[in-house]
Amino acid sequence: MKFANLLFLAAPIFAQEAFVLRNVTIHPVTAPEIAGGSISVANGKIVEYGAKVAAAKNVKVIDGKGLHVYPGMINCATLMGISEVTSVRESNDTNEIGEFVPQVRAVIAFNPDSEHVPVTRVNGITSVVTMPASLTEGRGAGGAAQSILRGQAAVVHMDGWNWEDMGINRNAGLLMRFPQIVTARVSAFEGATAAAIPFADAKKIYDAELKKVDNFFDAARRYQTAKLAKAADFKPNVQYEAMLPLLEGKAPLLVPAERERTIREVIAFAKKQKVKLILLDVQKPGKSIDLIKENNIPVVVGKPTNLPLDEDDPYDAAYSLPGQLYKAGIKFAFGTYDNQFARNLPFEAAFAVAYGLPYEAAMKALTIDAAEIFGVGNVTGSLDKGKSADFVVTDGDPLEVKTQVKMLFINGKNVALDNRQTRLYEKYNSRK
Amino acid sequence: MRFALLLLASAATYAETIFIQNATVYTVTKGTFKGSVLIEDGKIKQVGQNLAAPSGARIVDAAGMHLSPGIIDAHSHIAAGAGGINEGSVSVSSMVRIEDFVDPESVAIYRALAGGVTSANILHGSANAIGGQNRLIKMRWGKTGVEMLFDGGPPSIKFALGENPKRSGNPTPAPGGPTTVARYPATRMGVEDIYRQAFTEAKEYQKAWVDFKSGKSTVEPRRDLRLEPLVEIMEGKRLVHCHAYRGDEMLMMMRVAEEFGFRIATFQHVQEGYKIAKEMVEHGVGGSGFSDWWAYKMEVVDGIPYNMALMTSKGVMAAVNSDDAGLMRRLNTEAAKTMKYGGLTEDQALALITINPARHMKVDDRIGSIEVGKDADLVIWNKPPLSSYAVPQKVYIDGSLYFDRDTDVSSRIAKEARKKALEEKAKAQQIPPQPKKDSAPQGGPQSDEVR
Repeated sequence: MKFANLLFLAAPIFAQEAFVLRNVTIHPVTAPEIAGGSISVANGKIVEYGAKVAAAKNVKVIDGKGLHVYPGMINCATLMGISEVTSVRESNDTNEIGEFVPQVRAVIAFNPDSEHVPVTRVNGITSVVTMPASLTEGRGAGGAAQSILRGQAAVVHMDGWNWEDMGINRNAGLLMRFPQIVTARVSAFEGATAAAIPFADAKKIYDAELKKVDNFFDAARRYQTAKLAKAADFKPNVQYEAMLPLLEGKAPLLVPAERERTIREVIAFAKKQKVKLILLDVQKPGKSIDLIKENNIPVVVGKPTNLPLDEDDPYDAAYSLPGQLYKAGIKFAFGTYDNQFARNLPFEAAFAVAYGLPYEAAMKALTIDAAEIFGVGNVTGSLDKGKSADFVVTDGDPLEVKTQVKMLFINGKNVALDNRQTRLYEKYNSRK
Repeated sequence: MRFALLLLASAATYAETIFIQNATVYTVTKGTFKGSVLIEDGKIKQVGQNLAAPSGARIVDAAGMHLSPGIIDAHSHIAAGAGGINEGSVSVSSMVRIEDFVDPESVAIYRALAGGVTSANILHGSANAIGGQNRLIKMRWGKTGVEMLFDGGPPSIKFALGENPKRSGNPTPAPGGPTTVARYPATRMGVEDIYRQAFTEAKEYQKAWVDFKSGKSTVEPRRDLRLEPLVEIMEGKRLVHCHAYRGDEMLMMMRVAEEFGFRIATFQHVQEGYKIAKEMVEHGVGGSGFSDWWAYKMEVVDGIPYNMALMTSKGVMAAVNSDDAGLMRRLNTEAAKTMKYGGLTEDQALALITINPARHMKVDDRIGSIEVGKDADLVIWNKPPLSSYAVPQKVYIDGSLYFDRDTDVSSRIAKEARKKALEEKAKAQQIPPQPKKDSAPQGGPQSDEVR
């Protein structure tokens, strides 16, 4: 009996109902748009889309007259599932203690019932990258803000029963805080906290950290060699074991690098260590744009709605950066670096469009480019045959704020558009 | 004296007669149409569909463009110096005043201007139950701090409820930071008590002056700069803008105000305004808050993006504000979110960032819509102002052009060259680089602490 129940519950995820969505304008992003098209889905995967789609008999037909279909969007920088209320310490699992904890994994701490999941996805965000780090440090983050190798990020579907069926790429990269010379620390909560450190002291800390990083990478490589050589005295080590995907080029290093100097240092480091690299939160790359391009390093751009980093930067420095990256031929994606505003991902991209990024490039950055950067291009990010049926059905351009999402499909499942916020709305709307 | 100086200063800026033609005009209060606006002496002289340009007027052709009133941000902390908005040593700091330290060189002013903001109410922080005296400014970039002060409307004051004023009683010193001593209050119960204590004192102070003036008492009371603003509140001369998130605490505040015979002008943030819309309407309080903030602390877990639409549909005068130098630059798309969440009309959404905040501050006779006789605070956009793609092209305050995108963009090469030359010169004279202002991250000391 108990077993039968279990099977019944699991049914909607493992055996998706086949259906055809008809009469919609399809925006595949990877191909020209199709008016009056159809999209056919079976077993949670896209079977086919086009002007004419042959559907098997007795398959459910959904009419989408007047509506538009886009691939689901991917938010490439969040704390999804591992941070609930920023200031409440107990609700955060973002920051572990220890300078080098490459073995800790965001995916296993992912709470599938986080309120942020249904709130975020209703804007057409069907997957996110979740990262084991307080990206905007708050008083509730806890742990060690000064950790260097912080743990493994994951790409996660925004619907499912638990992290095992939601995680698309459980190791999407190793997050690193690259050492920097920091003379003053400003906290969002206490203002300037600790007294400013003299430059010479800050430089000493920086040099020491760099040395530690080099030592750790060297040790991990010796571990790799010893393991390959099946050395007699080889002892398994969880920390170094977690470095292997990185050293073998299977997983990238994810490094926030706002400014030119850091970007140059990080790229030099990645080349020296021969590891794949994704730059995060790039805000003021200056002339390092050429270096990023030369080395074909993908970028998760800093939020276009960020304030410019420096007082004398052009007022539209952050708005216009994605357009500059595009012009330079750099592959990039968008992220919100938080949960609170994760749903606003398409509006961040819209600002980039308003200030010079071609619309088509923005749509690619939100979908297929994001998927490819984080190693899930074969699973999601476009409407191509065989991919997960992750798409959003709207009454217009998803980058326009006023556009309404009418239907949302993740893994072919017609996901309900309600959440805590819509329920509160309905409850208090009914108050007389 | 200050007032006279200000008028003199402003008069000099009323440059010319301007005729903006062929624009889609969003008056906010009187519909949207293709037409023109005539500006004279810094005021809107004519608005209409079939106006002719008077001879001698500078013609601004806005064909294909969109003209809206300047955006009003009812909650900001820019231009108030880094970390200078909370006089945290006492819980009633009603004597401190923003107007004493408006920093006209804060680049946040220019950036907000470039986002279409022409006026902003600069508030104290929320560390104290009673924070201090706010000041409405106009974003007259390039002028002095005094010249930026808005010359009209009643004065106002900041109150704060909930987690932030409680924090003084629950200090969590940062590692390596200064140790903090706990001070009252530590709970919402204590926050209510602060108000009742303060206004009880203020009532006595008020009575002492009444007695002295009526001759009932011969002893002139000693002037108390802390209690004076509270008396002004009770006499309806000073507006209260009260930081609040939860419905229960807002109810408390309204009842305390009623007990002492006054009304709250607005709740700021007002995250749970939708829960007590009925009581807010009865009290006559406005609601001024974020479009979609939530989940950054416990008291905002029930924050919903439908708040503005719900309050509006239930009769509360609502407004969208920023509380953030970054967000301030895109209040137009923040207002647009109320069309998405709760289905407000375009006019209703635009009102949230123009005429409604003006009404909240009782300056709607001067700013907040495109109407004859009002200040010529206007924004020319390249797209409809509520579109995600709308970029302000020109921003006018009092009929003077304060932001022009073309000029900004075309002057960058020259500015960069000038900066380089200055750096060279400084290097030659061995002047160390100056500390930068306004380069703190978003949510930094410039902001209202934890909101």
